[in-house]
Amino acid sequence: MADRPVPLKDTRLLDVKLGQLPSWFAMRNFTPSGLTGAVRRGYDSYLNKYINVKKGGIGGIAMVLFGYVVVSYVWNYEHLISMIVGGSII
Amino acid sequence: MNLTFFDQFMSPQILGIPLTILALLTPSIIFPTQNTRWLTNRFSTLQLWTINSFTKQLMLPINKTGHQWSIILTSLMAMLLMINLLGLLPYTFTPTTQLSLNMGLAIPMWLATVLTGLRNQPTTSLGHLLPEGTPTLLTPILIIIETISLFIRPLALGVRLTANLTAGHLLIQLTSTAVLTLLPTVPTLSLLTMIILFLLTILELAVAMIQAYVFVLLLSLYLQENT
Repeated sequence: MADRPVPLKDTRLLDVKLGQLPSWFAMRNFTPSGLTGAVRRGYDSYLNKYINVKKGGIGGIAMVLFGYVVVSYVWNYEHLISMIVGGSII
Repeated sequence: MNLTFFDQFMSPQILGIPLTILALLTPSIIFPTQNTRWLTNRFSTLQLWTINSFTKQLMLPINKTGHQWSIILTSLMAMLLMINLLGLLPYTFTPTTQLSLNMGLAIPMWLATVLTGLRNQPTTSLGHLLPEGTPTLLTPILIIIETISLFIRPLALGVRLTANLTAGHLLIQLTSTAVLTLLPTVPTLSLLTMIILFLLTILELAVAMIQAYVFVLLLSLYLQENT
């Protein structure tokens, strides 16, 4: 609890208070190298937490596949709604 | 809007970006990057073991110069396998149902094997056009036939993969439509059709894996002839 105060720019997302969220978001690095760095960090943290462990189970890969199905559903949404409106099953 | 059974094969778009791009990139996420540890995690160990045993078995009949092809053939196999298997999940898109992708894979690979053969050992390559032990009278006709069969190979490679996957997906869609339509009226028949649907899904799983393997196996065969 008694950490020395970290500047807002460097705090991690889970430590940011809700009121500070817009200013935190504005201060992030949106250059291409910054974005690729963020994607790489996210990928590495997921990999190290769920897959790169001695006794990893099926959960790690199952979460990825489920996320892929959800993203595909969102991508397909318009087409699916037009099917319901058109009254067809296929 | 006239919806047909073939609508599942058009890749839907958000903001003009088709789903094909995501479907083609997802296999690379499934295969994680190399681990620097000596004892890796279960996932990496399993993958490394399968890839190594597959490559060893694939490269057995090919001589030393053909072993340069091992990386491209194994990565092709891994990509096709993953694309086919991911296409069986709900709402996903299978890029290998598009003839354009399969021909784009088949024609350059086949052409590369033919050109390698013609460049390094032209006499032997052309000699493959006449099988051993044919009667002398049949020679001209047989050469024509063998040339035609040579040029049909890339077409067959591409169309085989497309047709198998498209047919499988269509069958699944048709039987599931039948199950849903029959459910309010004749539930027993619907249950029977559902059993057929389960069996069909298992078949589709097998076909997905087998077709990827056949593609790569035939390419290695063409390579073997020409190296």
